[in-house]
Amino acid sequence: MRRVAITGLGAICALGRTVPEFAASLCQGRSGIGPIQSTDASHLRFQNGAEVHGYTHQPYFEDRRADFIDRFAQFAVIAAREAVASAGVEWTPQLRENAAIITGSCVGGQSTEDIGFQEVYKLGHNRVHPLTIPKTMANAGASHISMEFGITGPSFTISTACSSAAHAIGQAYWMVRSGVADLAITGGSEAPFSFGILKAWEAMRVVSPETCRPFSRDRRGMILGEGAAMFVLEPLEAARARGASIHAEIVGLGMSADAGHITQPSAEGAARALRAALRDASLAPEQIGYINAHGTATPANDVAETTAIRAVFGALADRLPVSSTKSMHGHALGAAAALECLAATLALRDGFLPPTANFTEPDPECNLDVIPNHSRRVQVEYALSNSFAFGGLNAVLALRKA
Amino acid sequence: MSQELTERVLKTIATSKRIPLEQVTIDSEFQQLGIDSMDAVEILFALENEFDISIPDEEVRNVRNVRQMVEGVEKLVAAKAAGAPASQ
Repeated sequence: MRRVAITGLGAICALGRTVPEFAASLCQGRSGIGPIQSTDASHLRFQNGAEVHGYTHQPYFEDRRADFIDRFAQFAVIAAREAVASAGVEWTPQLRENAAIITGSCVGGQSTEDIGFQEVYKLGHNRVHPLTIPKTMANAGASHISMEFGITGPSFTISTACSSAAHAIGQAYWMVRSGVADLAITGGSEAPFSFGILKAWEAMRVVSPETCRPFSRDRRGMILGEGAAMFVLEPLEAARARGASIHAEIVGLGMSADAGHITQPSAEGAARALRAALRDASLAPEQIGYINAHGTATPANDVAETTAIRAVFGALADRLPVSSTKSMHGHALGAAAALECLAATLALRDGFLPPTANFTEPDPECNLDVIPNHSRRVQVEYALSNSFAFGGLNAVLALRKA
Repeated sequence: MSQELTERVLKTIATSKRIPLEQVTIDSEFQQLGIDSMDAVEILFALENEFDISIPDEEVRNVRNVRQMVEGVEKLVAAKAAGAPASQ
């Protein structure tokens, strides 16, 4: 089996429109959460989100091309461009054929669908825009990336709610590891800020009326986010041979299903995914130096995640730094795991551990070292990135310092 | 506590959770009825429609039984009758 290197990184989210901007925000512990601007939130129980502030397609796409691409897929292409450019990929016909694209998305282009539904249900019009279907489909991100770079290899999209991007990155990792693909572009993208989607989240009563405070005693729920993060994965040896910069290695993927409840998290299911990731990476618990938590800041998740980490790491958990960067980039659903895998990659590459922002007071039920509010200058060797989705579908990625 | 309002709340809980009305009493704990957090959110949705009220998240955080739920609904219905601005 081949070792797998991350050679390219791209990101756009509330913390910045490039990876250096994202990294600076993470390191400074600066949250991108603020009043929702892209949608009228006056008739919602919550007013805050983590948006790509002031986003318009113009600097990125010509008007006519943008007509065909929903915001979520625009984010996917923007992040993929940065990732491919930073990897310095030199395309050949053979590489295009042997390259894979695997993206994650939860709601896809439902914002476009929402507009179409308003046309027929609210405004009483008899027709919706003819591009509603191709803009709404969740695989549009992968499709537009393939067209952008002329990639003709295996390409698809995975939708497992908040774990989507972790499952996607994990499959891409396994495909490069096994030799099925010689290069992969992978990650996740999401743009859920349309009124109908926000109303659906409001109805679940899991969104915070103020901000996102993971693992804090006074946490009141999640804050929705948007954006994308993309990675270029290559076999380590090939990457070294061509002199590519290697940001980190992916060394393991663990997956599990709770087989329990459609929304209530299970600590056992999460623990199984953690153990599976360690097993896939041939790592012992004491080798892990940092965990980027799922950390949604709902009352239920953070307790279940703490229980899972304690079940797997035992007494080691007392000294294991764990943070939730959702406190800064929000919960970007199908993009969440990509943003968090990027945070873990940067932690390994740049030698800092990003904090859990907005932290106020410890919760005895979440008794972990959650890196409150300030990043730490620490170089660790191995990190995990946790994703535990609604529906009980879990994925954990294991990363190694390059 | 109005008998009529109580009965409507009990009926709404039974219908939403799909359990026999006889099982739901003013003294029932959610745990006894097998009502988990997602069931509770659905019951709140049904109560909002039944009484045309809006139930804020803060009002429900510590509600664990039927009596607390009836009292909460009663308060919101009274506030609505008194012309208090409906919270969103």
